[in-house]
Amino acid sequence: MLSILCRRANKFATTSRHARCIASLSALPETYQMLYKTCRDFAEQELKPNAANFDRNHLYPGDAIKKMGELGLMAIATSEELGGTGLDYLAYAIALEEISRGCASAGVIMSVNNSLYLGPVNHWGNEKQKKEFVTPFCTGDQVGCFALSEPGNGSDAGAASTTAKINGDKWVLNGTKCWITNGYESKASVVFATTDKNLKHKGISAFIVPKPISGLELGKKEDKLGIRASSTCSLIFEDCEIPKENILGEPGLGFKIAMMTLDAGRIGIASQALGIAQASLDVAVEYASKRMAFGKPIMKLQAIQNKLADMAVQLESARLLTWRAAWLKDNKKPFTKEAAMAKLAASEAATFLSHQCIQILGGMGYVSDMPAERHYRDARITEIYEGTSEIQRLVIAGQLIKEYGV
Amino acid sequence: MSRVLVGVKRVIDYAVKIRVKPDKTGVVTDGVKHSMNPFDEIAVEEAVRMKEKKLASEVIAVSCGPAQAQETLRTALAMGADRAIHVEVAGAEYETMQPLHVAKILAKLSQDEKADIVIVGKQAIDDDSNQTAQMIAALLDWPQGTFASKVEKSDAGLTITREIDGGLEVIKTKLPAVISADLRLNEPRYATLPNIMKAKKKPMKKVSAKDLGVDLSPRIKVVSVVDPPVRQAGSVVPDVDTLVAKLKEGGHV
Repeated sequence: MLSILCRRANKFATTSRHARCIASLSALPETYQMLYKTCRDFAEQELKPNAANFDRNHLYPGDAIKKMGELGLMAIATSEELGGTGLDYLAYAIALEEISRGCASAGVIMSVNNSLYLGPVNHWGNEKQKKEFVTPFCTGDQVGCFALSEPGNGSDAGAASTTAKINGDKWVLNGTKCWITNGYESKASVVFATTDKNLKHKGISAFIVPKPISGLELGKKEDKLGIRASSTCSLIFEDCEIPKENILGEPGLGFKIAMMTLDAGRIGIASQALGIAQASLDVAVEYASKRMAFGKPIMKLQAIQNKLADMAVQLESARLLTWRAAWLKDNKKPFTKEAAMAKLAASEAATFLSHQCIQILGGMGYVSDMPAERHYRDARITEIYEGTSEIQRLVIAGQLIKEYGV
Repeated sequence: MSRVLVGVKRVIDYAVKIRVKPDKTGVVTDGVKHSMNPFDEIAVEEAVRMKEKKLASEVIAVSCGPAQAQETLRTALAMGADRAIHVEVAGAEYETMQPLHVAKILAKLSQDEKADIVIVGKQAIDDDSNQTAQMIAALLDWPQGTFASKVEKSDAGLTITREIDGGLEVIKTKLPAVISADLRLNEPRYATLPNIMKAKKKPMKKVSAKDLGVDLSPRIKVVSVVDPPVRQAGSVVPDVDTLVAKLKEGGHV
C-alpha cells in the first residue's frame, strides 16, 4: 500500500528533494518528526489542560498564542528574512493538527494568521507592505484576520457589497463584513471590497486595513457553539479611510486573491479538523479500554470495534488527502481540487468521529466532565467556514470535469 | 567562561509500553519509539541556560550509540547546544555497552575538548544505573554534584544543591566538576521550529571508541530479562486482629 502511494507521489516528483513517501510520519525527514514532537508536547502540556477553561469562559488564549509565536508556529511558511520560520505546507499541516488536537480554538487562530492573513500579504504584498504587515505578525504578539464574508453573501463571494472608492490619496471603505475569526484581537485585516461594480467579481479588490482605525467599528462578539476561545465578530466600515498604498495587488485582483488564499487555507482547516478528529479517537479508545459492560471492557465488543475501525479509516484517509494537498502545494503543482477534497474529507471526519466518540462514551460523552462534547461542538464549524462542504463539492466536481476534458 | 560537555542517551520513549523479547535476552527495541532520556533533556537545558547567563562559552553534546543517536544529538542542538560528537557504537558492542564504558568515553572527550563542566542526567530510564556521572568524576578525579536540583556559580566554582533522602544538601565544588541532573533542576524548553532548522547546520563530529582508546569489552553479562511477576489479588479481612494474624503468618512481622 505504502509503495503504491509512493509511486503515485513520485509521478509528480521529478526533482523533488522532499518526502519521497508521505504515507506516515516516521517515513518523513527528521525535521518534520522534530517539529511534530515540539507541537505535540506543547499541545499536551500547555493547551490540552486549559482548553476546557478557554472554551467555558470564551477566553482568547493570548499567552499560549505568544508561546506558539516563539516556537515559530504563527508564521510557518513565511520566509526567514521576514521573521517567519521558512518551512513548508506539509510542516504547517503537521504542526496545526497537533495544536488543534490540544485546543481547536488555538488551531483556528493559528490557521487564520498563517494562511488567510500572512498568505495573501506574503504573496501579493510589496516590500513596504510586507515590512509593516508581515514581520510584526510572525511573533504571536499580533495576529491578523481575513474579511471576505458579508451578511448578504458567504458562499456567493463574488457579490461583495462592501465598497472602496478613491478619494484623493485615500481609499474609503463602506460596508459590513461578518463572521470574521480573530476579529477582536487582530491588529490588521485583509479586506475585500468592490472597486468597480460593473466588472462583477473582476471588480473586487483586496486591501490591508490596520486596526484599530477610525471608521471601523467591531460588532458584538458572536456567542458560538464551538471554538469559543477564538473571537468572531463583524467589521463595520463607515467611511473608513486607509492610505492609497494599502491596496493589495492590483485593482480587480481581489477575487482571485481570495480564491487562491482559500485554497491554501483549506489545507489549514483540514489540519484543524484532523486534530479534532484525532482527539476524539483518543478519548474514545481510552474510555472504551476502561469502561466495563457485559463482563468486559467495551472495546472488546464488536459494536464498539466497528465504530473504532470506521473512525480510524475516515481519519487516516482524510490525513493522507491533507498531506497530499500540502505536498502538491509545496512542489508548486496545482492543488485546488486536492485541497478541497482534503477539507471536505477532514471536516466530515471531524464531525463523524466526534459524534461517534460521544456515542461510545454514552452518558459521559454528553457532560462537560469529558472533552467529547467540546470536540463535537468544535468540529461542527469545520464543515462550514473557509468554504462550506457544498462549495467544496462544486470545486471538486468542477476540477474533475476539467480533468476529463468533457 | 566554562566549556560544558553534556552527555545524552537515546532511550525507549517513556510513554511506550515495554515488551520483553521472547528469548528473554532483553526488551523489544525494533520499530519502537525512542527519544532523549528525560534527565538528559534537563541536563542539556541547564547547559544552555549557563550559556545564556554567560557562565559558559560553548555547549558540546555527546552521545554513544548507533546511527540513530544522531537524532538525539540533533534534538540537543535544536535546544541550543553548539556542536555535537557522535561516538558510534553499534550492533553487539552496543548491546553490551555499560556505564563504565560511557564514563571512560566521556572522560576522555572532556579532556580532549578541555571541558570545565560535564553534565549528564542522573540516570537513564532504561537501565536506571545512576553510575555514569560518578564514574566520570572518579576517572577524572574531579568533584561531583549528583542529583542536582540547583546549580549556581560561586567564586571560582559551583554551589550545587543536591536532593538527598533527608532533604536538600548544599555543596560547593571547585572547577572542573561533574554534575548529574535531577528532575527539579529545570524545565526543558521546547525545540522551536527556527532552532530545529538551525540545528541542521551545526557541526556534528563522528568518532569511535577505539579512536578514544576505550575498550568496549563487557565486564557484565545479562543472564536473562523477564517481566515482573503478575500482581496477585489481595483479600479483604474482617477485622484488625485477623490482619495482624495473617501478617504474622506470612512472616511479615
